[in-house]
Amino acid sequence: MTAIDDLFAKLRGEGRKAFMPFITAGDPDMAFTCQVIELLHRLGCSMAEVGIPYSDPIADGPVIQASYTRALGKKLKLQQIFDGISGVAPKVSMPLVSMVSYAIIHRIGPEKYIDAAKGAGFAGAIVPDLLVEESDALSRICRQKDFNLIQLVTPTTPRERALKIAEQSTGFLYFVSVTGITGERTELPTDLVDRVAWLRERTTLPICIGFGISKPEHVKLLAPVSDGVIVGSAIVRMMENAATDQAGALAKIESLVKSLMAAL
Amino acid sequence: MPRSHLAIRESFFPPTLQSRMSLAPSSTSQSSTEVATKQVPDLSGRFGDFGGRFVPETLTRALEELTLEYDRAKKDPDFQAELNELLHTFVGRPSPLYHAKRLSKQMGGAQIWLKREDLNHTGAHKINNTLGQALLTLRMKKTRVIAETGAGQHGVASATACAHFGLPCVVYMGAEDVRRQKPNVFSMRLMGAEVRPVESGSKTLRDAVNEAMRDWMASVEHTHYIIGSVIGPHPFPMMVRDFQSVIGRECREQCLTSIGRLPDTIVACVGGGSNAAGMFYPFVEDRSVRMIGVEAGGRGPSAGEHASPLTFGSPGVLHGSYSYVMQDDDGQTSDVHSISAGLDYPGVGPEHSYWKDTHRVEYTSCRDDEALGAFDYLARNEGILCALETCHAVAKAVEIAKGMSPDQHLVICLSGRGDKDAAELARLRGQQW
Repeated sequence: MTAIDDLFAKLRGEGRKAFMPFITAGDPDMAFTCQVIELLHRLGCSMAEVGIPYSDPIADGPVIQASYTRALGKKLKLQQIFDGISGVAPKVSMPLVSMVSYAIIHRIGPEKYIDAAKGAGFAGAIVPDLLVEESDALSRICRQKDFNLIQLVTPTTPRERALKIAEQSTGFLYFVSVTGITGERTELPTDLVDRVAWLRERTTLPICIGFGISKPEHVKLLAPVSDGVIVGSAIVRMMENAATDQAGALAKIESLVKSLMAAL
Repeated sequence: MPRSHLAIRESFFPPTLQSRMSLAPSSTSQSSTEVATKQVPDLSGRFGDFGGRFVPETLTRALEELTLEYDRAKKDPDFQAELNELLHTFVGRPSPLYHAKRLSKQMGGAQIWLKREDLNHTGAHKINNTLGQALLTLRMKKTRVIAETGAGQHGVASATACAHFGLPCVVYMGAEDVRRQKPNVFSMRLMGAEVRPVESGSKTLRDAVNEAMRDWMASVEHTHYIIGSVIGPHPFPMMVRDFQSVIGRECREQCLTSIGRLPDTIVACVGGGSNAAGMFYPFVEDRSVRMIGVEAGGRGPSAGEHASPLTFGSPGVLHGSYSYVMQDDDGQTSDVHSISAGLDYPGVGPEHSYWKDTHRVEYTSCRDDEALGAFDYLARNEGILCALETCHAVAKAVEIAKGMSPDQHLVICLSGRGDKDAAELARLRGQQW
């Protein structure tokens, strides 16, 4: 059992849903990232997803890309991220998950990456460019080390394949709401609710929905059919001017998170 | 030159060989001890350990569909006949194998032959692949095409194929490349393609690939992405190699006719590596033929000064496949440099990594100044203006030829013509264009 498993067992027992913000590590620096994590915890978020900046993120839209570019522009290293997280993780009771490209995991070595991530206080990883076919080795290591490997299902995933992915995933299943890259959307696909509901009847794994979610209406629509919602770009956008106005950025994040959580 | 340790970390975790091996769950082979074969990739797209599919789940269905449709097309005589007819009447194939007698004599070594891909319609080998993929686009009933381009040759070839078939075409091109390859940008627009300059990152080929992938993530249900090199997720490296293999197949026949035997040595330039893959592949099992791939050596071997992942890089994941790449100790892609936009790329096709590790192909690199020297040399002594990319192969090939005897034969893949580079050459030399 990881902290994520415990979280969903508890939420389901209480009939509650998870609210999971995504933030970029090291934008503009790890000290700020840690402050944001503490803020999110104080606001009652269930979990935080921490994006490890990558030079060539093909699944990410302009907001997260720009954020990664800013962080890497300051020569952010993985070691600094783990150092920062290990400082803040003991102060918050919510689980932390890293969103990380396989290019980085491969370079470090899967086993060493997971040891370091777990040592820093991460409970799991989402690897957006690792397909289920390529994930066996990493999946095995994660199971051995009681670390969650959260896999993704998208609108283009055939149903049979979605079931196979759900079987392989641990912690929760990340249901990508739209065909495309990360970023706020005004409207979400009309059949999204049905597709999530179909899958939810066939797996006991918690399902969280992400990509494109930015408004209280989205949260209101999706929370009932899922176990939680993930909000990324809308929050990262609030961090754009954090380098010059940290207090302002924190205030904006607080007000956005409060409005979204109120819709849960 | 020994593998550089430029990219090797000093802190955190040392990169280990174990991590490389554990990457390849679907492959138990150790390509370094294997003998290269043409029977690659396997069903999961692996060339030995290299290749595979490292992309977001959103793209999986389209890649599966493409794999299936390509497999069907390969076995369909009508598809082959249509493609061959186009290659003959629209592209002008077969391209000649030209004996550069004057150049050979001056070098005093091997007989030098040029496989004239520069004489194809649109002036490079790229059209061989775009016509094949455009035909597949129609077979898959997709209605829009996107492409990335570096030097603009693939962009022009994509725009051409799309104009021919009446498909809308969007080409992503790094803003820096838009600047240095203006004639090609103009040509693309003349043929109705939309050129979208990419301002992110280094504003070169790598960033153009990122933007095209992002477009495809959202448009995958009706759009086909014509990747221009032997890179990307399976089946692209295999499929692009197959479409480009017409170069090597023709060359093999032409050598048998003109020389009476296979050549001793073949040289081609390698960026992503499509002209080299198309030239080398048909000769892979002809063990007597020595093959040499030439990467962009830029300003020298220091980090960031070149674009030679096979010479100085290490295995890693970029743009959907596992191959040699220029990366730092955290797995972040490094900045690269080449005077030629088409070679200015931090990665390389996975089959080249396979050929490197099986020692079937030798890889070396050629500096910017050596390439520029070769440009002048070929222009003045043979009356051929060749692309800056191709100049890298020419520069190394003449060096190699000098060490060979006059009864030996060396073929250079003359992958593209140099008109596109005239303005940039003038700028570099402070001359008027």
